[in-house]
Amino acid sequence: MQYINIGYGNLLLALILVGITLAVSLWQRLDLHGDLFIGTLRTFIQLTAVGYLLQVIFNLNRWYLVILALGIMLLVAAANAYRRQQERWPGLFFIMLLAIALGGIITLAIVIGIVLKVKPWYQPQYIIPIAGMIVGNAMIGAALAINRLTGEIKAHRGEIEAALSLGATAYLAVLPYLRSALRAAMLPTISTMMTVGIVQLPGMMSGQIIAGASPAAAVRYQVVVTYMVAAATALTTIMATLLAYRYYFTPNHQLKPPAQNNKT
Amino acid sequence: MGEAKFELNEVTLKRPGRNTAGNVTTVIILNRITTSFLKGKITAVLGPSGSGKSSLLRLLNRLEDPAAGRITLDGQDLKGLNIFTLRQRVGMVWQLPTLFPGTVLENISFGPRLRGISLSRARAKELILMVGLGTELLDRRADSLSIGQQQRVSLARTLANEPEVLLLDEPTSALDPTAAANILHLMVDLKSRLGLTIIFVTHILDQARQVADEVLFLHHGEIVEAAPAQQFFTAPQDPRSRLFLSGQLEG
Repeated sequence: MQYINIGYGNLLLALILVGITLAVSLWQRLDLHGDLFIGTLRTFIQLTAVGYLLQVIFNLNRWYLVILALGIMLLVAAANAYRRQQERWPGLFFIMLLAIALGGIITLAIVIGIVLKVKPWYQPQYIIPIAGMIVGNAMIGAALAINRLTGEIKAHRGEIEAALSLGATAYLAVLPYLRSALRAAMLPTISTMMTVGIVQLPGMMSGQIIAGASPAAAVRYQVVVTYMVAAATALTTIMATLLAYRYYFTPNHQLKPPAQNNKT
Repeated sequence: MGEAKFELNEVTLKRPGRNTAGNVTTVIILNRITTSFLKGKITAVLGPSGSGKSSLLRLLNRLEDPAAGRITLDGQDLKGLNIFTLRQRVGMVWQLPTLFPGTVLENISFGPRLRGISLSRARAKELILMVGLGTELLDRRADSLSIGQQQRVSLARTLANEPEVLLLDEPTSALDPTAAANILHLMVDLKSRLGLTIIFVTHILDQARQVADEVLFLHHGEIVEAAPAQQFFTAPQDPRSRLFLSGQLEG
């Protein structure tokens, strides 16, 4: 099959698409043209930089470079999940990092080592894109789950204290809200599993097909990726919520007073 | 003087809060409280809003701990007791019902189930009748009940733990006058039938007059007067008590 290479000439032609977006923004006075300009530039610069970086990692093909790349991915993901929180506290960043790292690494090990049997395991062609998908989804899951947990605890102080006053442990008192946080974080992944292929063609599968893979082969990859994303989300969110809920309680199973946020 | 159930010695409670300038600081909620609550009696905790009444209750089953001072239950320091046992012995009911999702029966069974005891249906019926509701409510969803019914289910849920002490934080404020009168009767009934020690926070003087044996009057986190109810209402000692009884004391 033929594979059309995108050169810089083609990229310039793709600016027609940016032009359409710009026209809509100007016509409807959305006042988005500034952001659009920066966004267009950033997309190009960031992706080009990552492209070069990946090229270096691919060419050198060393396990420690792959580990370094994974480490940076995890740090950025944890920082991102932390930044998206309505309520931040010391230690939450590390909880995010730990949860995303553990959930991600366990899932990655299963996919690379058991399902795909990649040899050697650190082949960048496989581990980098797969880790990217895992960590990205784990990050979104962790951010959603902890935001939801914070909101639920805030909204249900009465029920939580009622359970405590009846002799429940902090864990049992907060359990219904841990569950709803986990459900909220898992739901987008599960609903994607329901509609994948019918409503949208996943980006990775589309990419493989464009690159020349047979649709059947691309589909099998996508099935593995979909299952893997669900597992990574489940593992990461359960670890994040189990680690995070303790912050809201004292060791004596008392719900701490609501946070006094400084004037901003 | 009867026997003390709870004794408080120089108890101070602090909490993060805001000062008048809006800055985060530590606020003193209760200041060096020394008093006792008598066994088998109903003590009404009175005071304007913001006087620390509810916070005092929260200390007694350790939903919060004081910054300083000592609280004992039957002579034993609260901090030396297993917290889950303490909370089972000292039950609490709030101003608004705080039922869990699920049926009335599931709510009432919550406390015993925490200790691995499965509440029998017969005992659940006994409890629901005790708080003045019909047994047909047991299988209803808790959130389908009226607020007054929910409040009584909250009480039944706490009683299922077979507590020795009942802490009630303005338990009738969400109820209509008839339902409120029923709760007051129930309090007297629980005291005489089960020998419960009852500590209840209220801002309604008439309620305290009707059922209280003892009165503890707080203002700005300090005790103004602690006296037998009869004496407090007929011959209050402190000028602030007299102002409060005539409805002229602000928080």
